[in-house]
Amino acid sequence: MSSIRTRLFIILIAATTCIWLFATAWIYLDTKRQLQHVLDTRLMEAARMVGSLVTSGEIALSARAGEAPASIPLPEPTHVGYERQLSCQIWSFDGRLIGRSSGAPEAALSNESSGFSEQEVGGEPWRVYAVADREKGIRVLVGDRLGLRDRLVTDLVRGLVLPAIVVVPLLAFLIWASVGSGLRPLRRLTQGLKARGPEDLSPVSVGSPPSEIRPVVDALNGLFGKVAAAREHERSFTAFAAHELRTPLAGLRTQVQVALAARDSETREGAMRQTLVAVDRTSRLVRQLLAMSELDAVPDEGEPQDIAVGRAIEDIAASLRASHTDVAVEIDPALHRTTIRMNRELFHLAVRNLHENAVQHSPAGGRVRWFLDGSASPPVIAVEDEGPGIPEDEIGQVTDRFFRGRHRSAVGSGLGLAIVDAALRRAKASFALRNRQDRSGVRAGFAMGSVGAYSETGSARIAPSANN
Amino acid sequence: MRILVVEDDAMLLDGLKVGLGIHGFTVDAVASCGDARAALATAEFDALVLDLMLPDGSGLDILRELRRRQDATPVLLLTAKDTVADRIGGLDSGADDYLGKPFDLDEVAARLRAISRRAAGRATPTMSWNGIELDPGRRTVEIDGNPVGLSRREFSILEALMRHPGAVLSKDQLADRLYGWEEDVESNAVEVHVHHLRVKIGRDAIETVRGLGYRLRSA
Repeated sequence: MSSIRTRLFIILIAATTCIWLFATAWIYLDTKRQLQHVLDTRLMEAARMVGSLVTSGEIALSARAGEAPASIPLPEPTHVGYERQLSCQIWSFDGRLIGRSSGAPEAALSNESSGFSEQEVGGEPWRVYAVADREKGIRVLVGDRLGLRDRLVTDLVRGLVLPAIVVVPLLAFLIWASVGSGLRPLRRLTQGLKARGPEDLSPVSVGSPPSEIRPVVDALNGLFGKVAAAREHERSFTAFAAHELRTPLAGLRTQVQVALAARDSETREGAMRQTLVAVDRTSRLVRQLLAMSELDAVPDEGEPQDIAVGRAIEDIAASLRASHTDVAVEIDPALHRTTIRMNRELFHLAVRNLHENAVQHSPAGGRVRWFLDGSASPPVIAVEDEGPGIPEDEIGQVTDRFFRGRHRSAVGSGLGLAIVDAALRRAKASFALRNRQDRSGVRAGFAMGSVGAYSETGSARIAPSANN
Repeated sequence: MRILVVEDDAMLLDGLKVGLGIHGFTVDAVASCGDARAALATAEFDALVLDLMLPDGSGLDILRELRRRQDATPVLLLTAKDTVADRIGGLDSGADDYLGKPFDLDEVAARLRAISRRAAGRATPTMSWNGIELDPGRRTVEIDGNPVGLSRREFSILEALMRHPGAVLSKDQLADRLYGWEEDVESNAVEVHVHHLRVKIGRDAIETVRGLGYRLRSA
């Protein structure tokens, strides 16, 4: 049976019953032995007493043959049901019954001349003690029925077993009830959990749970808390995403309507160009949303590998060049001698979004420069733009999702730096962002491992390759 | 009709500016709360199109400031937040109408016409004065049942005058209705348009009040 209550109940009742039975058996055997001893002693004493009474002549015996045996007075039994416990006979050595107690059988109780013996008399087993008096030439036999002895023991045991039969069900009820009440918090917990809907992630309350159940309740509440936080995160992300998509879609729709309604070709062309930009921007937003949700969802990002930094940045910059022809991109030759050990996807996400961000905030004719800051340890891969920079009070917020500061670009989604931050965090790399000291613009850098102002995170190291 | 559009998304702002221009509105476009306050302080608008989430604050703040000043300029909220609670919040803050993104450009124009009509206390979509019938929605003018073809500027001047029949509108007020900030206004532009208008709808239809401006001839 898998129910704790039933199991506990069965174990407790079985154990109680066993102990009781064992005790009863013990008491039965012990009592029987004790009783045997006491009654045997009584037989012995009674026989000696009768013998001494006969010797002192206080009991008159029928001396002659043919005379009826004298009656020996024995104490009248006081307990009903145990009448005539003892019987006494006095025999002469020549085999005549010369005295007996009332109710004693006429047949000899024992053939033994002295000591204990058991014998069948009149269909009943007797225990008899015999003592012989050689001077008077008599033999005194005192006996009692074994059946009587057994009844004594049986009555005693019955006195033990009867209350047990009454008490065990009572005990069973008590055990059942107390185990039930002990398990009530668990049952309440179960009912509470069963009754709640899938949206209900509030902590479970079981009043004051016993210490055995408290860890379960605490663990459950901890889990609920985590799930609720994850759910909330997801929900706010989805809401934000939906919200963020609406504005570009509205722009797109409006531009298309303008193109359709325009009467002159100049307006129409302008609207079509804007539409194209809006489509690019919306698809970029969708791509970033996907990247973001992938960063959120995928628990393991795979093995890190050595990446040739310069080459990788070059490829990414080239793939994005088409949309920003008026911004010059410069890549420090030192980067071409550098490899970084990092997951390729995460590296790509970080560099791509950093690059896009830098280019978007650059003025026409501006310059975006990727370089290796070897003065830091480990060296930092950094990018600088010549844009307006970030207001100091917003620096802490720019990596928040969908945050778009005062110096926003026209096409920004507020996701780029959030993706960079999330990707680098996943790669266990450090990431730092600050305004340039020499002119307006932003410097963003990342490194594997801990360095000065860069927050400590990872264990892998960036290492300039030995040759080349 | 001169309107102010406050929207931080450059693409959408451009679309609204051009699109509502096609619908005959004179559109000034700004992208932040600060610029919107400056615009409201310097010019008069017939209606406001207001986004809620702006980089330097909420459009609702602008709306509340407006209403606190007892300014009854009709306001159309245009926003990505369009849950029932958002709508109720917007309307209860003093907005006249609410549109969720993405929206239809024609609908924005129609709603703008509707809220400005209501603000002027008119129930019918068309305006009429002395046999002149002007339909702002279809942008048509009829005189005694005969359609008259007007240019955009001419239509705007006539619309402004018919909106306040009998009232005198100065050349500057008319110029405000005709041109946004970014447009260069010739010093005699309004006079030129009024001249053309008089040729088309009749010499006597518009009176010149010397030193003050123009008004529609009373019946």
